[in-house]
Amino acid sequence: MKKILAVLLALLMVLSFAACTKSGTEETSTDADKQNAVAVEDVKVGFIFLHDEQSTYDKNFMDAAKKACEEMNVEYAQKTQIPESKDCYDAAVELIEVDGCNVIFADSFGHESFLMDAAKEYSDVQFCHATGTQAHTAGLANFHNAFASIYEGRFLAGVAAGLKLNEMIDAGEITADKAKMGYVGAFTFAEVISGYTSFYLGAKSVCPSVTMDVKFTGSWYDEQAEKEAAQALIAGGCVLISQHADSMGAPTACETAGVPNVSYNGSTVAACPNTFIVSSRIDWTPYFKYMITCVQNGEAIDTDWTGTIKTGSVVLTDVNEAAAAEGTAAKLEEVKAKLLDGSLNVFDTATFTVGGKALESYKADVDTDANFEKDTEVVENGVFFESKHRSAPYFDVEIDGINLLDRNYG
Amino acid sequence: MADKTASKKHHEPLIHIVKRDDLAGWQAWLIRIATIIVALIFVGFLSMLVTEKGFFETYKIMYSGVFGRLLQGSTKMLWKYLQEIAILLCLALALTPAFKMKFWNCGAEGQALMGGLASIFCMIEFGDKLSYGALIAVICITSIVAGAVWGVIPAIFKALFNTNETLFTLMMNYIATQIIAYYVYIEGGGSNVINPVSAGNFPAVGNNDYFVNILTVTIITVVMYIYLKYSKQGYEISVVGESQNTAKYIGINVKKVIIRTMAISGALCGVTGMLLVAGKDHSINTNLVGGQGFTAILMSWLGQFNPFIMVIMTAIVVFLRIGVAKVADSSLLNSSFSEIMVGIVILMLVGCEFFIQYSIRFRHKNKEVKA
Repeated sequence: MKKILAVLLALLMVLSFAACTKSGTEETSTDADKQNAVAVEDVKVGFIFLHDEQSTYDKNFMDAAKKACEEMNVEYAQKTQIPESKDCYDAAVELIEVDGCNVIFADSFGHESFLMDAAKEYSDVQFCHATGTQAHTAGLANFHNAFASIYEGRFLAGVAAGLKLNEMIDAGEITADKAKMGYVGAFTFAEVISGYTSFYLGAKSVCPSVTMDVKFTGSWYDEQAEKEAAQALIAGGCVLISQHADSMGAPTACETAGVPNVSYNGSTVAACPNTFIVSSRIDWTPYFKYMITCVQNGEAIDTDWTGTIKTGSVVLTDVNEAAAAEGTAAKLEEVKAKLLDGSLNVFDTATFTVGGKALESYKADVDTDANFEKDTEVVENGVFFESKHRSAPYFDVEIDGINLLDRNYG
Repeated sequence: MADKTASKKHHEPLIHIVKRDDLAGWQAWLIRIATIIVALIFVGFLSMLVTEKGFFETYKIMYSGVFGRLLQGSTKMLWKYLQEIAILLCLALALTPAFKMKFWNCGAEGQALMGGLASIFCMIEFGDKLSYGALIAVICITSIVAGAVWGVIPAIFKALFNTNETLFTLMMNYIATQIIAYYVYIEGGGSNVINPVSAGNFPAVGNNDYFVNILTVTIITVVMYIYLKYSKQGYEISVVGESQNTAKYIGINVKKVIIRTMAISGALCGVTGMLLVAGKDHSINTNLVGGQGFTAILMSWLGQFNPFIMVIMTAIVVFLRIGVAKVADSSLLNSSFSEIMVGIVILMLVGCEFFIQYSIRFRHKNKEVKA
């Protein structure tokens, strides 16, 4: 009987190897075809996502990836749930080795170092990374960072918030000195600080008496914590809420309490029909198209690409007339035009003070190093130039009028 | 005739379960192999339904996901496959002596994390102070000790106070996870990520980063087999596992065996953490082990505490994990799909052990005719 077993086992192994060989040879031919010429239709993009479509952050990337690749008629492959570890390197290797991708894109901050390791190894493949900070100093020809000037979008969203406050003051619901907004942030990082400051400055540009309280949850996605933070802010006298975290916690808390909400990452009007005003988000489609076009034409991709309103990377959703103040859409168009022609700067140092004084000079930590050294002067001609020296935000100044109720560095 | 009426009155159930004791080893293996084949067909079938790809197409994708362009000469994916087997196998091997002793160590995750923490700590703190050889030696020693300590704590409580080791080791996982989270917070400087450390990495052999890891686990596999089967300590473990009273009467110090065995179990988990940190990630986060400490429990059981069978079992499970993930990716499916599939296969493998232990008998309808 042992002999029969041995024969069976041997047969099984031979069969499985035969099956493998067959599938392998078929792939050889297709792979060889792909490698012969990197022409237009041969671009294949590999996407690496931190979570999956259940996170609004990743969904925003996934939708853009699908849209860009379909519109440009390019093949793509994806890996979801890739943690910020060597798994990111492994995922990149798999996308190159197995799927034959020649452009790799990763969407999370912590993927960067691991993606750079892969970039060093595969010099004929292009690597693009969202929100990263190291490409401009790394000296790798095939590694690129990208982000968008989302502070412009937040500024516009802030204008909508300011108009709403004005409406409330005019209607006698609150007095001008009670115009306090609340903001739910994830971490006390430059990315969040830059976001809430631009939002505040947008509101202040139309409602000069506005102040703002900020609470941090210590997580990019924690529905309960975000909800509780929003409720605490409302209880503390905030009459309008906005947030920079990825769950529906804050918007639903606002809907329940009947407090207007300015959202992020996409419209929440379906769940909050009475309180949703407007939302800003980054549309990654233009960058993906740019990236693919560069590879198709054999051109170099920008080492550090910043999407703007002009490139279509920073977008606002439709204004919800049910909750927004009258004339909001028109005013937003007007401010947007000013941002586009350069007559208006979000971080104009004439519009805010730090410790009661104007900000005349500021050194930001632009180049990544172990000691977080502040290395670059970023204030020029009375404007703090965000996203000029690198795409990822570096505005981390705490300005007057914004009151941080807590801090969370992760 | 009296018998006949008695059996008529007595209601016999349609199905009843009988313990088997006549099953030859090869028959048991036939059942296992059949289960694996059925499981593979089942996974292929489900994938076909969900992804709307052809039946054989899904196997082709699974194969390419695991082996990549192996036949075109690229061994990159093969090495990655072997590395993943090595890690899961190392954890399963670590748990085996404890399980054989009937000490339910559910703390592989935490013990491996502590080993990994010791490694990354040494890499960061001593990276520029020690020579390469000395640094590697320090990493090895501290990781082994860290894992062993994390394993010995519940063992001491078990030996002295007879606490429940399942809960104790399980809870130790959460403590370890939070310690790692705190360490990453301190070292990561606010970004919550420790960038890869270049000091104290295991050397690449012939452009292959994972060779050292795979070799280490290969050696551990052989040593563990010999230890359990031929050493006196291995015998003591078996006796304590079978009956603590027997062990006492033949003069085995049960407390000592429990603590010693858990030290070995924890130490090997610590080694796994070291392999993950110094041999792979060169960094650490709370997801370092990624739940494999729990999968390893099943691997140890399915391997019947035999290291060589564990090699086969881990190879199958890792193949499915990577392969089905590729099928899911290629159809832009949610990554939960591969977890569901692997879960189903493991369930089937566990279920087949039931049919090896017991047989199901149906009620004979024509029993009366025979009588």
